[in-house]
Amino acid sequence: MTLRDITADDIEALAIGAWVLGTGGGGSPYLGLLNMRQLYAEGKRVQLMSPLDLADDDFVAVVSNMGAPLVGQERLTDSRSIARAVELMEEITGKHFRAIMSLEIGGGNSIQPMMAAAHLGRPVVDADCMGRAYPEAQMTSFAVGDLEPYPLTTVDPRGIESIVAKVPTWKWMERVSRKICTEYGSTASTCKAPRTGAEVKRWGIPFTTTQAIKIGAAVRAAQRAHTDPIEAILKSEDGKLLYRGKVVDVERRTTEGFLRGRTRFDGVDDWRGAAMEINFQNEWIVAWLDGKPLAMSPDLICVLDSVSGEAIGSETLRYGQRVTVIALRSPAVFLTPKGLQHVGPRAFGYDLDFKSVFAS
Amino acid sequence: MRRIGIDVGGTNTDAVLIDAGRVRRAVKAPTSEDVTTGILDALARLRAQPEGQGAVDAVMIGTTHFINAVVQRRNLTRVAAIRVGWPMSASLPPFCDWPEDVAAIARGGIWQVEGGHEYDGRVIMPLDEAALTTAAREIKQAGLRSVAVSSVFAPIDPAHELRAAVILRAELGGIPITCSHELGRIGLLERENAALLNAALADLARETIAAFDRAIRDSGIAAPLFITQNDGTVAEASTAQRFPVYSFASGATNSMRGAAYLSGMLDAMVVDVGGTTTDVGQIKAGFPRESNAVVRIGGVRTLFRMPDLLSIGLGGGSHVAGDPPKVGPVSVGYRLLRDARVFGGTQLTTSDVAVAAGLLDLGDRTRVADIDRGYATRILAEAARMVAESVDRMKTEAGDVPLIAVGGGAFLIPDKLPGVSRVVHVEHGDCANAVGAAIAQVSGEVDQIFRDLTRVDAIAAATRLAADRAVTAGAERASLRTVETEDMPLSYLPGNSLRVRVRMVGDVAAR
Repeated sequence: MTLRDITADDIEALAIGAWVLGTGGGGSPYLGLLNMRQLYAEGKRVQLMSPLDLADDDFVAVVSNMGAPLVGQERLTDSRSIARAVELMEEITGKHFRAIMSLEIGGGNSIQPMMAAAHLGRPVVDADCMGRAYPEAQMTSFAVGDLEPYPLTTVDPRGIESIVAKVPTWKWMERVSRKICTEYGSTASTCKAPRTGAEVKRWGIPFTTTQAIKIGAAVRAAQRAHTDPIEAILKSEDGKLLYRGKVVDVERRTTEGFLRGRTRFDGVDDWRGAAMEINFQNEWIVAWLDGKPLAMSPDLICVLDSVSGEAIGSETLRYGQRVTVIALRSPAVFLTPKGLQHVGPRAFGYDLDFKSVFAS
Repeated sequence: MRRIGIDVGGTNTDAVLIDAGRVRRAVKAPTSEDVTTGILDALARLRAQPEGQGAVDAVMIGTTHFINAVVQRRNLTRVAAIRVGWPMSASLPPFCDWPEDVAAIARGGIWQVEGGHEYDGRVIMPLDEAALTTAAREIKQAGLRSVAVSSVFAPIDPAHELRAAVILRAELGGIPITCSHELGRIGLLERENAALLNAALADLARETIAAFDRAIRDSGIAAPLFITQNDGTVAEASTAQRFPVYSFASGATNSMRGAAYLSGMLDAMVVDVGGTTTDVGQIKAGFPRESNAVVRIGGVRTLFRMPDLLSIGLGGGSHVAGDPPKVGPVSVGYRLLRDARVFGGTQLTTSDVAVAAGLLDLGDRTRVADIDRGYATRILAEAARMVAESVDRMKTEAGDVPLIAVGGGAFLIPDKLPGVSRVVHVEHGDCANAVGAAIAQVSGEVDQIFRDLTRVDAIAAATRLAADRAVTAGAERASLRTVETEDMPLSYLPGNSLRVRVRMVGDVAAR
């Protein structure tokens, strides 16, 4: 079995690539990146492990920071909290974790397992269970696989630790853990239900950490060489260019704790005269071109800054920005009928049959 | 109202006198190392003619002095950083994302104490007053002369920052204390960085504003002094001295506001062509469209509201070479009067080409008689292409828009550009920044989370707060108008949480 050292440069690239895979949500990885810069400056190092190298009876910790992105801008993520959530899970289950993995590779949660790993001296598994960011707990490959949703540990830096010992469904886990998170101040470091090596190999989405690092490295190399970073992403990921335009309207509303809304663009270059609209629930869900659905979840819709190639979140998108919209390929697990039940357009309330932009 | 507007730039100090809505006189003088001499020179030139004389109601100065200090890492004061919010955010202490060279100069010490608030107003931990008293003693012992206090969610509830300042003050007396909530917005690191930068400029701000004040008095002017701010408004000198960071981008803002005023247009693209660079921006309702993105000042991340500008390396001093011609980004800069061909130098610049093409009357025309007419046309077309491309990138609407050309190099902007409905050149356009300073108004801003109010009620509450702040800052209440409202529902937060930002401006109140 080989472990690969993650370099400081890899983490810089991961922060950029994970934000692209955030597909509008997931929160900026910047503060996690700052934590890692400090940990690396102190001499800590993290290693990456292939999911294929897990033994079937190994246990893997699945971590994420839960909460409102805005709260995260004031109560800044702290590497010791996420490490403590993992330790707490070991204490209550008596299981020893072989390695740590991310719940979602899109956005800030891509870096949480690195932060825990730096303190605990375990490797990070090169996998997650979304391949991107999604707004709800049942929108994971583990939920698609009907794996057990409990227990869950949550930690607040004031020395508050809570456990959700048992729930009947992922939906219940979402509801109960959301309440705890709200009491903490709408942010919590969490360790999700432990997974076996066999479960990660069967239901995890493999190699997404490497994918995010590769995307980020492509963007950084293009920025340095003054070539087109978006072209670099499309090439690296075999993605599809959907649209170039300017933001002409952003309409946001909060319902059931999510940022929902739509944004409209006016086309430039080859898309002059063509209007795009994208609906979002934290993440970009459906993109419409001149009123017709063009791309939809689970295909990844990424809205990028046309110049820098870096991602733009649904919270930070603003009038007048120059954007390029691209699509990246969905993990295979979400393209099955069961996968589409969890994350297809109908799971977000759109009466559309899923059709991939990569289908033709 | 008669006002003098002064722009202290890197190269020139410009001054204008405006009376009853008209520019009476506009002059330029070289900026001096000590600031004072340049202003004295400019004022002497302004007052040399009858139309520049007589009493004035106010003097407004815009300066790039403070931002230059940060960028050039000079004249900075060492800062004691107090973070209130322990144990939250503890792994990312103050200065954690500063470039090391500037952190090494400004970082005087870091103290993290218990306290702070949640987004919903609950207390994270009770404020640790004993720890603050200990910190104050250590600050005194270390001989630090400026303090920055930042508390978690201070924009929601500033109580812990205010109480911390009282405790520090008891031990440290009258030294400058910057509280992060006075600098505004949600985003702990960015707001704290603003407070740290502000505290690091404490000595320079005091000395510079005293120098401004002295220059005005020594010129025999008795009017109150205002300093222009990033958002195109002014603050009284005493307030501006406490918040030098608010003057960071005033140069560019003043140009755009001046362009709007001189042209009488409220919505247009503005192109400000200087000696080395061209700034392209947009005015909406007479104010610059602002950038929402994180702004780096000398490498330090902040969330100041700055005009959204695109700067390209094109100016009146830009080097020209080759065929097809390449223009800029290198420029002769302030050496134009020595190095350009029309002044006897050897460097071909855009100004030389403009003289050869008959667009500009400058220096000795015979020195550029050898430039082929066709070549000059191609060079000017290249400069126009650069401008047109930038304008297209900065436009927010699909149709053609009007464009105002200002700055000393405005002759490079032709009367026709693609995507532009008409190009407007204005009288005194080369002093647009000083004009922008002279016409500046006073503002008040609120950026806060409101809970369990309807959208309409929340915006009304924010508007009342913004109006009160503007009046406190010196505005006349009757003249106040809203220039910006923005509301954003917050995801994941329980209840009906709405973040509302409102900015109001009004005329300087008569005294």
